[in-house]
Amino acid sequence: MSDHTLDKLPGGFKGMATDMGSDQTVFKGVNWGKAMMWIFLLSDTFIFSCFLISYMKVRASVVDEWPYPSEVFALNFMGVPVPLLLIAIMTFVLITSSGTMALAVKYGYERNRKMCGWLILATALGGLTFVGMQAFEWSKLIHEGVRPWTNPFGAPQFGSFFFMITGFHGTHVSIGVIFLFIFARKTFRGDFDAGKRGFFTSMKSDYVAIEIMGLYWHFVDLVWVFIFAFFYLW
Amino acid sequence: MSETQKAQTTTHKIGIYLWIWGLLFVLSFCSYMVDWFQFQGLVRWTLIVTFMLLKAGLIMAFFMHLFWERYALVNVLLWPMTAIACFITLMAAEGKYTVFTRLFYFFVGG
Repeated sequence: MSDHTLDKLPGGFKGMATDMGSDQTVFKGVNWGKAMMWIFLLSDTFIFSCFLISYMKVRASVVDEWPYPSEVFALNFMGVPVPLLLIAIMTFVLITSSGTMALAVKYGYERNRKMCGWLILATALGGLTFVGMQAFEWSKLIHEGVRPWTNPFGAPQFGSFFFMITGFHGTHVSIGVIFLFIFARKTFRGDFDAGKRGFFTSMKSDYVAIEIMGLYWHFVDLVWVFIFAFFYLW
Repeated sequence: MSETQKAQTTTHKIGIYLWIWGLLFVLSFCSYMVDWFQFQGLVRWTLIVTFMLLKAGLIMAFFMHLFWERYALVNVLLWPMTAIACFITLMAAEGKYTVFTRLFYFFVGG
């Protein structure tokens, strides 16, 4: 990948045709780890799509009334029920952490170690806050009697989709938070500057790893955009 | 290593990230307002989907750098989405059929 400069290659669809037919690596200038992360995210997109599509199909075909999310997820604030308050705060927290991650990738490539480390740490803390609020939301709904097979608000399928979709997303966030803490430590320690070998893969550390981590984290945010739209707002 | 060297010369100005960040906040606020003002029916669905797609597009294009990637990668990632679009259409039709049969057999009787 180091033996060509990308600017000399043709761009657009013509560039795509020459890249595909070059009898060499197709994704020119793309680190292999980054390409693999993208392919993983594509497969993850299909998993989440399957969840959301089955949710759409079931919601369209139940005979009972579907619970009204605006009321189910309302939160009492100073004695007044505010619709979707917690979900809105969770959305803003996740977008904030997505922004800090984007900046961490930028500062990483600029070899600004400290700034990069602090931004990754901020991202991890944002993710942790999100998971915490989700745990609160789960326990609140469980307390109100929502179960995967029944709930007091309407169609019984609501519970199974709620726990499945937000649970799967929350798992992704939790895994991301764990890796973000590991990456923050690695960044502060200077692994990416020194090219220190990783404890698990024994490969040299490189700041491109932060971009790959960033892709995963932005994807988690991306999925939440769709869950927020289809599950909570619809 | 080459990735780092390449990117060192092409990191983007901080302004673009802050702009996208700000836009994402505005769009999220707008989609929350859809619920706040209790829009219903077609207006609600159109607004939700519009804000959702704008947010998803901004995140993918700028935060995930797809805007700056070569078309070989972008097309490999985006064309499979047409399969999902087909699946959505199929299942929407299936859902209509299921609710029809349910209503018919539950309330009219076989």
